[in-house]
Amino acid sequence: MSGLAAGIRLAHYGKKVLVLEKHAIPGGLNSHFSKDGRRFDVGLHAMTNFVERKQRSAPLTKLLRQLRIPYDELDLVEQSYSAIDFPENKICFGNSFTMMSDEIAREFPSEVDGFMKLVEHVKTYDDVSLDAKYISAQEVVASFIQSKVLRDMIFCPVMYYGSAVEDDMDFSQFCIMFKSLYLEGFCRPRTGVRHLLRILRKKLLENGAEVRMKTGVKEILRHNNKAIGVQLENGETIHAQNVLSSAGYGETLEMLNDEVPAGVAGELSFVESILVLDTPVKDLGLDETIIFFNREEEFHYRKTTSPYSCKSGVICMPGNFNYDDEVEREGLVRFTSLANYYLWKEMDETTYRRTKEEFVKEQINTSGFGDKIRDRVVYTDAFTPLTVKKFTSHINGAIYGSPIKVKSGAFDTENLYLCGTDQGFLGIVGALLSGISISNKYLLL
Amino acid sequence: MTNEGIAQAIIDIIKDIVPDEDCSNIDPAVALRDQLELDSMDFLDIVMELRKLYNVEVPEAEYGELATLDSCVAYLEPKMKDI
Repeated sequence: MSGLAAGIRLAHYGKKVLVLEKHAIPGGLNSHFSKDGRRFDVGLHAMTNFVERKQRSAPLTKLLRQLRIPYDELDLVEQSYSAIDFPENKICFGNSFTMMSDEIAREFPSEVDGFMKLVEHVKTYDDVSLDAKYISAQEVVASFIQSKVLRDMIFCPVMYYGSAVEDDMDFSQFCIMFKSLYLEGFCRPRTGVRHLLRILRKKLLENGAEVRMKTGVKEILRHNNKAIGVQLENGETIHAQNVLSSAGYGETLEMLNDEVPAGVAGELSFVESILVLDTPVKDLGLDETIIFFNREEEFHYRKTTSPYSCKSGVICMPGNFNYDDEVEREGLVRFTSLANYYLWKEMDETTYRRTKEEFVKEQINTSGFGDKIRDRVVYTDAFTPLTVKKFTSHINGAIYGSPIKVKSGAFDTENLYLCGTDQGFLGIVGALLSGISISNKYLLL
Repeated sequence: MTNEGIAQAIIDIIKDIVPDEDCSNIDPAVALRDQLELDSMDFLDIVMELRKLYNVEVPEAEYGELATLDSCVAYLEPKMKDI
């Protein structure tokens, strides 16, 4: 996604651009597939950063201007509302921030002042600085909010939607996520991520870039500490003035045959299932677009000690966006839970298949509405950390890449740059902005 | 290119970058930023489009010269008069 955005920018200004995509469909983590006659999206459940067209200085509208894509072309539909569901408390939030502040005032009356001060701090913090140091978001948030439960509730969606660090994250990343989830909100292109990818690819080709699908890069070629091109998996060599990698930090180092320093490889991965129901979820009394839940006393976001854990997770019901049309859509539920890549990797085929079936059952059981959907499932598909690894090529199937982000986008090797997840902007909008920012900074002038 | 032509060229570029903005009543003496909600990324694009369309180079140290429509014309006149 970040590579497509970078390519659009560079080709628009007359640079000779070649985009290399390993798979048959672009998008990496945020992609789509067809199976047994059905079309599914994978990756993020929603696009974050929803704003109206008139809000010019927001990330979404900014990047659309940079890519010369008209706002209406995205054909966005907004969420109904989403919820953070914990054992003793539930907070709903929507694309209007007042819903969240009202809910916090009801559930945590003594924390309202602190929460509003946190919001002001987040709004004014310089989170896009490309040379900021790591600051613990847990520490900053604790200086505003006393209640551990409320802090956990605020962190739960923020972490699930983008943290590559266990139980904490960089405060600037927290700010980016906080704004994109709570102050802006969720939406999606009416027909899903494929619509966005189609727009990006069309724009890229219109601008004169060349795109090669199913063309993996085996090695980044280097001479006198300068990147000079790539060698493809098919053996072909391509020379280039600059190489922009969206493969990830450690993954790019591997393509240089450089050592990946300790701590660079990510550890956090997910299992995910998609269930098709025989009826729209709304008819079962389920109205939320996305539910972030935790069933334990304390919330933990870390690599699990078993192959997966359904003690917390994310439930998305893509039918519950405000479609404002008459199109009939199948009832769909998507579950995401934390997992452990290493344990999945060790499994023999029988155990792998059995464990896959088990986690889907457990995801239904812990959903809070298992009885409503259990007998209505007509189709199931499930992914493991190994699937994530296959489609993102991230080391360890790490869903959000490395815990160490390279905000500058620069390597020790000259003429080689990094964009995408490991450059530090998150989500679909973040990925696109990353490609744009790094192109603007290093490759355009 | 005449001074009116240069001003029009700038307005056309802005219209391309921010298609939703109303560019019909720009006050040439007032900062574009104050009238049109352009940010630094947009200004970079004005510079890039000038290079793409007219082969005109604006060094980074001189971006400030593009603050108002009047200052754009004054700054670009020597660079664009022969186009």
